[in-house]
Amino acid sequence: MVEESKTPATPPEGAKTGAPTPPSGSEKPAAEVSPPAQPSSGSNVAEKAAVLATSERNPATSPATTTKPPAAPAKPTGPVPEPWTAPLVEKYQHQFGSGLQAQSYLGQNYFIVDRSLIPNFLKLLRDDEQFDYCVDITAVHYPKREKQFDVIWILYSFERNERIRVKTMIADGETLPSSVPIWATGNWLEREVYDMFGIKFEGHPDMKRILLPEGWKGFPLRKDYSILQQDKEWVQINLGIESGQ
Amino acid sequence: MNEIKNDPAALKHELTNLDLETPEKPHLDSNELIINMGPQHPATHGVLRVILKLDGEKVLGTECVIGYLHRGVEKIAENRTYAMFNPYVDRMDYVAAVSNGLGYCLAVEKLLNVEAPARANYIRVILTELNRIASHQLWLGTHALDIGAMTPLFYTFRDREEILKIFEKYCGARLTTHAFRIGGCLYETYAGFEKEVKNFVQFVRPKIDEYEKLLTTNRIWLERTKNVGVISAEDAIALGVTGPVLRASGVKWDLRKAQPYSGYQNFEFEIPTGENGDTYDRYLVRMVEMRQSLRIIEQAVGAIPEGPIMAKVPKVIKPPVGEVYHSIEAPKGELGYFVVSDGSTQPYRVRVRPPSFVNLQALDIMVRGMLVADVVAVIGTLDIVLGEVDR
Amino acid sequence: MLNALMSYLGSNVTPGEANNQLWALIYVLIIFAGVSVAVVAMNWLERKALAHFQVRLGPMRVGPHGLLQPIADAVKLLLKEDIIPAEADKFVFWIAPLIGLLAAFTVYTVVPFGPSQAVSDMNIGILFMLGVSSLAVLGIVMAGWASNSHYPLIGALRSSAQMVSYEVAMGMAVVSAVLMTSLHGTGLYGASSLSDGTGTLSMIGIVQAQQEQQVWFLFKFFPLGLIAFVIFAIAMVAETNRAPFDLPEAESELTAGFHTEYSGLRWSLFMLAEYAAMIAVSSIAVTLWLGGWMRPFPHWLSGSVWDFIFSLFPGLTFLGLAAIAVRGTLRMPKHNYFRVQTIGLGAFALVLGGIGLLLLAIAIGARASSSEAIARAADSMNNIYWFMIKIAVFMYLFIWYRATWPRYRFDQLMKVGWKVMLPISLGVLIVTAIVGVIA
Repeated sequence: MVEESKTPATPPEGAKTGAPTPPSGSEKPAAEVSPPAQPSSGSNVAEKAAVLATSERNPATSPATTTKPPAAPAKPTGPVPEPWTAPLVEKYQHQFGSGLQAQSYLGQNYFIVDRSLIPNFLKLLRDDEQFDYCVDITAVHYPKREKQFDVIWILYSFERNERIRVKTMIADGETLPSSVPIWATGNWLEREVYDMFGIKFEGHPDMKRILLPEGWKGFPLRKDYSILQQDKEWVQINLGIESGQ
Repeated sequence: MNEIKNDPAALKHELTNLDLETPEKPHLDSNELIINMGPQHPATHGVLRVILKLDGEKVLGTECVIGYLHRGVEKIAENRTYAMFNPYVDRMDYVAAVSNGLGYCLAVEKLLNVEAPARANYIRVILTELNRIASHQLWLGTHALDIGAMTPLFYTFRDREEILKIFEKYCGARLTTHAFRIGGCLYETYAGFEKEVKNFVQFVRPKIDEYEKLLTTNRIWLERTKNVGVISAEDAIALGVTGPVLRASGVKWDLRKAQPYSGYQNFEFEIPTGENGDTYDRYLVRMVEMRQSLRIIEQAVGAIPEGPIMAKVPKVIKPPVGEVYHSIEAPKGELGYFVVSDGSTQPYRVRVRPPSFVNLQALDIMVRGMLVADVVAVIGTLDIVLGEVDR
Repeated sequence: MLNALMSYLGSNVTPGEANNQLWALIYVLIIFAGVSVAVVAMNWLERKALAHFQVRLGPMRVGPHGLLQPIADAVKLLLKEDIIPAEADKFVFWIAPLIGLLAAFTVYTVVPFGPSQAVSDMNIGILFMLGVSSLAVLGIVMAGWASNSHYPLIGALRSSAQMVSYEVAMGMAVVSAVLMTSLHGTGLYGASSLSDGTGTLSMIGIVQAQQEQQVWFLFKFFPLGLIAFVIFAIAMVAETNRAPFDLPEAESELTAGFHTEYSGLRWSLFMLAEYAAMIAVSSIAVTLWLGGWMRPFPHWLSGSVWDFIFSLFPGLTFLGLAAIAVRGTLRMPKHNYFRVQTIGLGAFALVLGGIGLLLLAIAIGARASSSEAIARAADSMNNIYWFMIKIAVFMYLFIWYRATWPRYRFDQLMKVGWKVMLPISLGVLIVTAIVGVIA
């Protein structure tokens, strides 16, 4: 874990630029020694990592001579989502095949499911797998993606003491079936998702805004929403000028 | 735990809306009356509007209108760096600000995959439990006041002052403390911290007994709170209710024990539960929680380890791309933070899962069939803070 | 007229009986002034006592230790804008507080401060009191109706329902006390020599019956008198809409009570009526069960020496209050800003001390000299003092209840009134009658 929390140490590539100054004093114990020591081992990341690790423990390399390493760090990107293997997962992967992926990031497990699976999969989770407590329903907006919204259910099971997430992606304008028939918590949580993102849930008993006043235009948590648009609109209507800025 | 069937259709009462808009139906039967407990009301603990449909004195249904205190905290988070957003979270549940900060810091630390050092954990636990006691004291004072006992308010506020003095000495603020930082604590404990906390524990134990003496066996209190606002365990789980409300309905679940964080596994404490899920049980559960918090504080303050108070966290916090959900047991329930990072210095999305918001949903079920005077008692017993409900 | 003035001084009957209208008028004015002062003092005491119960100080700035606070409040209320709701029924709106006041103050006509210290001793005294005090309900309903708003209406109806239900229990308790006046069975102190059947409804008569039977009705036919007293004590708290029965006028409830639309002077009239009613019902309780103007232990500790010792109490009480005031003066901060308050409190202490010394002088004078005037003065002083001390205890209890207990929900309140208090009071009445006849 040391690699992630440090500011980027130089990779081999940095040395390939042939910069005369030592990219980082911690690369080698004798930092003043010329770069040629570095490019010798092409891109053996593991070796470099070992070197880094040893040099970390060597206090003598406390860089009196550190200068900023040159750019283009291909540092290790940190923890990546790993596939999540569990009997629970296998069961549903058999059932739903490609519509369902299961991953685990930093120890937290989640499913990524197709939109078509939605009410059924959640119902199965509640009925068969005892995920009887819906912790949260929320959404994230990625405007540059084709399927712009991530809708996430966070579920918890008392018996298993396990918390999972179920994520699905939908496009702008698509609606989702409501999970209110499955967990009653969904009532206000889905209203808030609608209020903030504009995602409607079909079958919801009372699909209307919850936090914002009724006549509000726009969905604030979308990335393309700006408070300025409200300001401009008001100013144009009431004061007759283009913009108040 | 026995079979708990989660089936909203089997809920004893349904969560239906009041249907004020349908033109065909007459709004007012000869017996029905729609009354507004407006945003400005001495007993709604903030700006909350409750529309009641009454049949004489009995409540047939309610609808809560919230959002008067909505400040767009989640949107703000997308425009601040991780460390800059830290003070904002205190302002949500402003009564128990330390917990909010703890939840957020833990979530971001999880995203960064660092752990706060042991000393920081102990300091965090002590301050968080002090904050739990303070929050419950404020709850008790205001709840008793709504039911008509005006004296416990002054007693609890007077005793809460001592906690606020400790907070002030530690981090400079009484209310919105911003006590923790991402990676640990910024401030060392001040000279005399342990002694003052120990003195406080000695000071407040008899005070809690005093509150109990005033209320627990009082005939009028019993009549006002027993069998008022009952919610069964199944309904509570279906509605996502957490915290003392869930525990009073019989579900023995506390995040500090179920999914311990911040070193809670090192401390011994009990989880109180109730039997009937009525207001009286919630009162008892919170009183016991106060005492258990004292127990935790005593264990922690005697054994704060030496060491650093801040983990190795980079100056510029740029978590790798990913998303994380972390929740803690705040005084009001499960407070969760869902943080999505896109690799930059500003969070891509911060979602706060507020316990009061979800608990308030249960108000409708809890007051069906009760009298108007009980609505006020039930709002009080849910322990909602509008800052958290609306964010 | 001077004749009328002087001729009464020698008599030992009430002005009503002596047919002396002038003195009756004078008594009425004295009582009116006295009750008003008492209400003012009660207001101050309530704020200070409630504050001290709640670990705070209460008013401290307006006058030393807030002693002038009620006057400031009165002035403020007088100067407030008089708001009448637009669609309100103006005449009824205007007259409602007056009816409440009327009901509260008329009751004092028969309240006996002593064997001849009452405005008029009607021989249906207690009946008169119960009847007139029920008029207050009319005032409340009129107030709720005239406000033309449904919250005050609901509050007024609740309030009146509450008062009516507790009046029944109150009445039953009163009847059992009245019954005791005619049953001279085994009191705590032994049987009286009078024969059965000489009961009375007159307030002075009831106290005199306690005197003759040598027992406070509180202790008579123990525990029947006690139970009747307790029922009355609870019912009187509900009658006057005080905690824990103050749901109709509580702020944190949905309906804010019948006096929501009243502001300024009109509202203060309602408050005046409420406090006056509190004192009035307390005086019923004192008269019926606590021996009225009798000093404690008139028969166990009898004799002129004990009489003398107990007659020192009024003076000593005032001297005690003066001592507290002196202590307060000495503890005032020694700063320029507090000069006026210190002087004020010191002057107040001096006044209290003066009154105390005067009362002591009367007591000593009555013992030492044989002048009839001083003896009668001492008698009056004693009677009035003991009556008022007992009422003061009740006032303090009212405040204590308010500080300590939550309030009852309306349906629980009605349930207690009809399902608990009424059966018990009926039971006590029946058992008292049976015991009285048998024993």
